Amino acid sequence: MTSAQSIESSNDFVIKFANVNGSGSSSANELFARAVMRMGVPVAPRNIFPSNIQGLPTWYEVRVSEAGWLGARGGCDMMIAMNPQTWDRDVAAVDAGGYLFYDSTKPMPASKFRDDITVLGVPLTAMCNREYTDPRQRQLFKNVMYVGALIALLDMEFSVAEALIVDRYRGKDPLIQANVHALRLGYDYVRAHLPCPIGLTVRRADAVGDRIFIDGNSACGLGAVYGGATVAGWYPITPSTSVIESFTSYCRKFRTDPDSGHARYAAVQAEDELASIGMVIGAAWNGARAFTATSGPGISLMQEFFGLAYFAEIPAVIFDVQRGSPSTGMPTRTQQSDLLACAYASHGDTRHVLLFPENPYECFTFGALAFDLADRLQTPVFVLSDLDMGMNESLCKPFDWDDSRRYDRGKLMTYEDLEAGKDFGRYLDVDGDGIPYRTIPGTHPTKGAYFTRGTTRNAYAKYSEAGTDYVYNMERLRRKFDTAKALVPAPILKKAAQPTRIGVIYYGSTSPAMAEAGALLEADGIHVDTLRVCGFPFCDEIMQFIADHEQVFVVEQNESGQLRSLLINEGEIDPKKLVRVLHYDGSPITARFISGRIADALSDRKISPIRKVAS
Amino acid sequence: MTYLAKPKLLSADAPKNALGYTRRDYEGAISTLCAGCGHDSISASIVQACFDLDIEPHRVAKLSGIGCSSKTPDYFLGNSHGFNSVHGRMPSVLTGAALANRNLIYLGVSGDGDSASIGIGQFAHAMRRGVNMTYIVENNGVYGLTKGQFSATADKGSKSKKGVINSDNPIDLAALALQLGATYVARSFSGDKEQLVPLIKGALCHNGPALIDVLSPCVTFNNHGGSTRSYDYVRQHNEAVNRVEVILPRDPIETSYPPGSLRRVVQHDGSILHLRKLDIDYDPSDRIGAINHLQERQALGEIVTGLLYVDSSAQDMHSHLNTVEKPLNQLGDAYLCPGSKALDALNALLR
Repeated sequence: MTSAQSIESSNDFVIKFANVNGSGSSSANELFARAVMRMGVPVAPRNIFPSNIQGLPTWYEVRVSEAGWLGARGGCDMMIAMNPQTWDRDVAAVDAGGYLFYDSTKPMPASKFRDDITVLGVPLTAMCNREYTDPRQRQLFKNVMYVGALIALLDMEFSVAEALIVDRYRGKDPLIQANVHALRLGYDYVRAHLPCPIGLTVRRADAVGDRIFIDGNSACGLGAVYGGATVAGWYPITPSTSVIESFTSYCRKFRTDPDSGHARYAAVQAEDELASIGMVIGAAWNGARAFTATSGPGISLMQEFFGLAYFAEIPAVIFDVQRGSPSTGMPTRTQQSDLLACAYASHGDTRHVLLFPENPYECFTFGALAFDLADRLQTPVFVLSDLDMGMNESLCKPFDWDDSRRYDRGKLMTYEDLEAGKDFGRYLDVDGDGIPYRTIPGTHPTKGAYFTRGTTRNAYAKYSEAGTDYVYNMERLRRKFDTAKALVPAPILKKAAQPTRIGVIYYGSTSPAMAEAGALLEADGIHVDTLRVCGFPFCDEIMQFIADHEQVFVVEQNESGQLRSLLINEGEIDPKKLVRVLHYDGSPITARFISGRIADALSDRKISPIRKVAS
Repeated sequence: MTYLAKPKLLSADAPKNALGYTRRDYEGAISTLCAGCGHDSISASIVQACFDLDIEPHRVAKLSGIGCSSKTPDYFLGNSHGFNSVHGRMPSVLTGAALANRNLIYLGVSGDGDSASIGIGQFAHAMRRGVNMTYIVENNGVYGLTKGQFSATADKGSKSKKGVINSDNPIDLAALALQLGATYVARSFSGDKEQLVPLIKGALCHNGPALIDVLSPCVTFNNHGGSTRSYDYVRQHNEAVNRVEVILPRDPIETSYPPGSLRRVVQHDGSILHLRKLDIDYDPSDRIGAINHLQERQALGEIVTGLLYVDSSAQDMHSHLNTVEKPLNQLGDAYLCPGSKALDALNALLR
């Protein structure tokens, strides 16, 4: 053990696990994160993994924050260095005064360590080799063993981790015993051989409350179940695949007919993304609630169908879990770079409704809402999540549902309506909101049938090449888009503690980092009003927010400032007024990055937005 | 597609089917295809088949892609919902529609450009997936709307109107469908309504993916001397393996055919296919035999028509997916939303 001026912190630190992909470490690392959470201390874990099945480096970062900051913090107070391949960079990544935990079975030269960090060695491999003969067991239980060691080093309650193992393997006693044994081996070794606790500790707290711990993709899948989706057409792609896996898993639980055992849903793995959205469109045309889940490359492939659904006015829900782009980009890294591709998807003058959840709770609520909006507006609705939100578990408020809520199926012309002699023009704007009535195939023997097509037609769905019919249709679609402004979730305004002329606009998974960045800026005497955009089309409050501030920073996770471009384009805003704050290296944006960029920009521009009011 | 609705001039003594509909009730808008186009004959055969089967027009969903053939659903079953999707992607849209409501009758109409080129992937997967549909390929071997390019079904060595020789091998969609698991595969000729109408009727009664590859000459770009899709060429090289009669359960079953020349196939819905054999060795229940027969005859320059293969015990996609009997698009909130109690229990598990 090397001594250094050690970091001392309770319930506020970042610990990082460096592993080899495919070594079975993720469940052990998650066990640690959950144990911290069960002690009442908020955690924000993030899995940083390669586009590879086995062998390449992978990291799992756990932010422990009793204050409740759930965004990535940056930096690392303790490294669990279990991957020889990345040893040098992992050692270098530890903040001065931090801690390095490693497998000390083989002696390491002094040059491989640092003087300014505390090194903690446990002979994990040797212990495993003594205890187990099976190679796979040696690997898997080594992971559990280092969790046991951490429990001791951080002064956590052993019983909490033990209870988690019992929960995880309930009904499989041999597995419970084996895992608890490995946990105990690591724990006991550290208690016997190392001074513990170290400077980093986890103390029992009450800062988690009734919050739940779930990833965004699972929440999206659950949202689709509650939103009434019955048909899913999909094609596997990282990082969206688990949306469908979650949907089918929840459907098996909730949508299996108890009498017949038959399924009240259908999920079909299509041959490609084109077919998956084609199935969604066909199903929705025929009156089912249907969706797909994909990521950037899938969005590219689906473009032609998006245009058809927009122009033929067919509901569809698309969960887009964004990843590093363009092209194949960084398939297992996060970005918010599909914004423009979704907003204006397909050729011609198309505009699509977008929803921007900030966490798993909103993945659920916006996911369910998307189906109502798609039916109400008869158009594709995109739910834009990202890898950071979608694949990492995070704390959020518990899911809730109003049992009196009924699905909004929009303007459906029924058999009775048709019998009563109501005028049915499939593209007729009866109510002035741009939304026409539709019939579902099979509704009536002689009335209400129409031909759906991507070509121009008149208000009664008859093929037409008349410019006047085309213009009528396009103007109606514009009216419909305006109608959508009032239906998408309103933006969330957070006023600064003091009046300010500086505003910040952001969306989606930037939210937790932005909340913390606001606090960091405020601590430095910089006050900013913030506005979280929750949907597109942009409602008037967003434009008013921009008008009300002298300078507005637009924080987003892509290279070109796509939200900023969309605001400028849709709101006809002077580009000078919107300042880019862009993070796009594939890692989640941090509070330090946002606050630093804003503070620097304010300093560089010699803007004097800060009114220091004497207290 | 047309701007003009077809005038309803109905004679008082027009025959009616069991539903009280006349044949005109199964027609659509006026065709804008070229005079003499084989596709119009196919539309007429679809009208006849639906009339004969007493199908309620509004219970049919007719879907197509893009191209001359894909325009045709506008020209029949005017009381049915139609969907003109995008080029080559009709199969996925139809699959989705079939997932939503298993109780409608799905009719996919496509062309050789639509199905054998851009759409060959979707064609293949719809067949292997077991979608319950009648998939008619109106196959003229040429791109009509873009004025005369070869399609992927054009025979190697055949000549275009401009005199260009096709150097690529053709795709045989019937053979492909047989390999992919289609459970009703037929080939016919638009000019042979006596053969085509019963084949369409059999397909509509079939419970599974039914493909009918219909050779349908393009009178404008592919009806000349060097073409192997012209009216004259197909008539001269047509080799029918059987003739089909479709007998519905409610009709008296005819037994007047000569013994030894008939084969009865009872389909899922109770309809009976009577296959009158022209080729005495042909067995339409033998998938591999059908593939071999197609290839052997093709090597001899013959175009094999008739019902090539049928699996009368076929199961469709909904059986594979184990979905409920009630159409998914008719399940209400109570059947779909698990409610707040289930959510509370779930929340407890997520802490």
